[in-house]
Amino acid sequence: MMTRRTLLKGGLAAGAGLAIGFPLVRRAGAQTPGVFAPNQWLKIDRDGVVTIVNSVPEMGQGSLTTTTMIIADELDTALDKVKVEQAPANPGLYANPVTKAQSYGGSRGVRDHIEMWRKSAAAAREMLKQAAANEWGVPVDQVETEPDTVVHKPSGRKLPYGQLVDKAQALPVPQNPKLKTPDQFRYMGKMVKRRDTPDKVNGKAIYGMDVVLPGMLIASVERCPVNNGKVKSFDATATKQIKGVKDVVQVTNGVAVVADSFWTAVKGRRALKVQWDEGALAQVSTPMINREYEAASKQPGEVARNDGDAEKVLAAGKPIEAVYQVPFLEHACMEPMNGTAQVTDGGCTLWLPTQNPGGHQQLAARLVGVPVDKVTVHTTMLGGGFGRRGEADFVTDAVEVAKAMKGTPVKTMWTREDDITHGFYRPATYNVFRATLDGNGMPHAWSTRVVGPGILIQKGRAPAGTKVDPAAVEAVRNMPYDIPNLRIEWVNKDYGMPLGFWRSVGPSQNGFIIESFIDELAHAAKKDPVEYRKALLGKSPRHKAVLELVAQKSGWGSPLPAGRARGVGVVFSYGSYAATVAEVSVAPDGTPTVHKLVTGIDAGIAVNPDQVKAQMEGGAVYALTAVYYGAITLDKGRVVQSNFHDYQMLRINEMPVVEVHILDSGEAAGGLGEPGVPSVAPAVTNAIFVATGKRIRTLPIDRNALKRA
Amino acid sequence: MISLTVNGKAQQVDVEPDVPLLWVVRENLNLTGTKYGCGIAQCGSCTVHVDGSPVRACVTPISAVAGKKVTTIEGLSTMNDHPVQKAWIEVDVPQCGFCQSGQIMSAVALLNAKASPTDEDIDNAMSGNICRCGTYQRIRAAIHRAAALKGGRA
Repeated sequence: MMTRRTLLKGGLAAGAGLAIGFPLVRRAGAQTPGVFAPNQWLKIDRDGVVTIVNSVPEMGQGSLTTTTMIIADELDTALDKVKVEQAPANPGLYANPVTKAQSYGGSRGVRDHIEMWRKSAAAAREMLKQAAANEWGVPVDQVETEPDTVVHKPSGRKLPYGQLVDKAQALPVPQNPKLKTPDQFRYMGKMVKRRDTPDKVNGKAIYGMDVVLPGMLIASVERCPVNNGKVKSFDATATKQIKGVKDVVQVTNGVAVVADSFWTAVKGRRALKVQWDEGALAQVSTPMINREYEAASKQPGEVARNDGDAEKVLAAGKPIEAVYQVPFLEHACMEPMNGTAQVTDGGCTLWLPTQNPGGHQQLAARLVGVPVDKVTVHTTMLGGGFGRRGEADFVTDAVEVAKAMKGTPVKTMWTREDDITHGFYRPATYNVFRATLDGNGMPHAWSTRVVGPGILIQKGRAPAGTKVDPAAVEAVRNMPYDIPNLRIEWVNKDYGMPLGFWRSVGPSQNGFIIESFIDELAHAAKKDPVEYRKALLGKSPRHKAVLELVAQKSGWGSPLPAGRARGVGVVFSYGSYAATVAEVSVAPDGTPTVHKLVTGIDAGIAVNPDQVKAQMEGGAVYALTAVYYGAITLDKGRVVQSNFHDYQMLRINEMPVVEVHILDSGEAAGGLGEPGVPSVAPAVTNAIFVATGKRIRTLPIDRNALKRA
Repeated sequence: MISLTVNGKAQQVDVEPDVPLLWVVRENLNLTGTKYGCGIAQCGSCTVHVDGSPVRACVTPISAVAGKKVTTIEGLSTMNDHPVQKAWIEVDVPQCGFCQSGQIMSAVALLNAKASPTDEDIDNAMSGNICRCGTYQRIRAAIHRAAALKGGRA
């Protein structure tokens, strides 16, 4: 749990980090009489009602609660009375101060914003204190605050914030307000209940799919069975005869049927006759990709890292070799993609479950042909994000349909089948490892060649001339183990399968391959896998600390019931260090059971410890689903899987006990949405090796290979 | 016209008989708490009660519930104080929350059938409901908690 020491260190780290530049600007339109609005993040009215603006979309990670906790703490206001508004798309006011975009991925909600939010709220608190001090004619250093009240203890006088609104609003905004010291925190570091839970247990929470507008129509887009394919021609005669179908329009991603209900729209889609130009991906199938990956792995790749001379050392010895493979994966947010739009002469209004309000505002402006400020984006609740809802496709659908149906609000909805077959997939890769050990059994030379596509290069988001896609080698290139001769290469093999950022991205798969191969070396050296790693983590004390934490909490090395075994993994991602010890058994028929996951997380500061735990629990399930089931395959460019019967998810009967231990390092804030994922798969498969002697080098697990004869 | 009772209120809907109950509830009656997740009874997000039993509304044609009593998540309580809702709030179960209406309706049905379910009972009754955020551990804890609340053992 969080200690005072940690909070102090974390607090100072957050307060002292001057690397991020952001002016404490006065809120736009702030001159409303009777409203104190020192910046875009909060306002207080004469009744003392505090309204906080949350810019980070609520996709389950708890941003509504955490953002509010941070701002309310520094402002010193009663958390249960605060109102929260979701920020509109307006990057000028609400962009992430680090990425400069109003787009949310990379587990950046807390870590990129905490300093700015704390300073913004602390500035407001200083202004309220100054206003009260002026009122009483006392020095400002004699006044302090209680929630929503400025207090002058020597005289016992008090003024509620609401009565200071007009005077505070007239004061200058301090640029370097003094932040609370951690011992003064009321909320940060403590367990606070989620603000959104009550409306998520009675059906009131509004997700994108739940948007209802007067006169609204429902659309659904028939898409090419092959990703990236285009409409050649279509015949909508039969569709238009269906009662309730209002229109059929061609859009970028296919043919949209606009109807009075979703059921009718889908019926209309089935009646369409569309000729497709299937495009290049129609020539691609998974066996072919695997063959060509293997062939490509025999050729040198682009060098991502080269310490010492691994090639020479490996050539002189007898390397331990292994090949690891992972498949394409789809996000499978519980809420299928959707978007609602209304295009009028004045512009465009959108209701979106979006991770990228700023980018989607720009996209809509371009599609409609209006200035960006004529596009209003309402961000709804997101039924899962995981990186999927930053993409453009579902918004393109919604805007193009609404543009065709000008004046009428239209909700454009995907089926689950659309969602699984038209995703932005986690890359499939083929990875060749070679290593030699020194006289003590420690790695002397190590080589990894990663073969697969690059997300950033495919999306045109890598700087020009980029030879090694940073996402493709993340958690390989920066692997923490201290090895004198280390070579990492990447071979770009991209068939045009749409790629995306799948919860924890590169580390989601690279954590598995690195943490598996290091485990192979430990076993080859006949050494304990935890001790072996620790010996190589001299330069990475935070990896080592979180590894030691899970080893200790899991009782690493202590006896287990017959048939059970433990495995371990430790991976850095998104600013945080995470480790897992898995306890597994494998039934004679090859079915693995994960009984328990003991996880550790060092995210610097845990603003809301219970939600840190929730993210680790959820990350474990996301990872385990991929270990057990996750595989998207292609047949002539068509995604073979289509729904939860053949793209299976972990269910409650397969849920292990997940223990989460928070390591309070007091370092700068790290991410939390993603770091819980990468260390889980290798911990599980390393445990399976101990239990069965069989090394899992391909995901998902092939249960037949684990069968005991 | 098809007549049914939804959350205690008599309703008449003018839709084709093959339209799934899910879409009638969501689009004709504007009760959007019941979710579409898969359309093929694989995820449980659309779970409602028909005459007290849990059904997947996405594969239940409206004609099959004519004259029957349907309860959706909105009909569970007026004050958010059904024992299962209280337990869900206490344990802070939801993350994104999209699947939770279905999870809760399945849990309510389980507790109606079995006052003190075992972990195995929970596995059996709840394995038809997918949660992609991975809240299963908390769902299990909240069902045990709801059982205690319901039994006056709070």
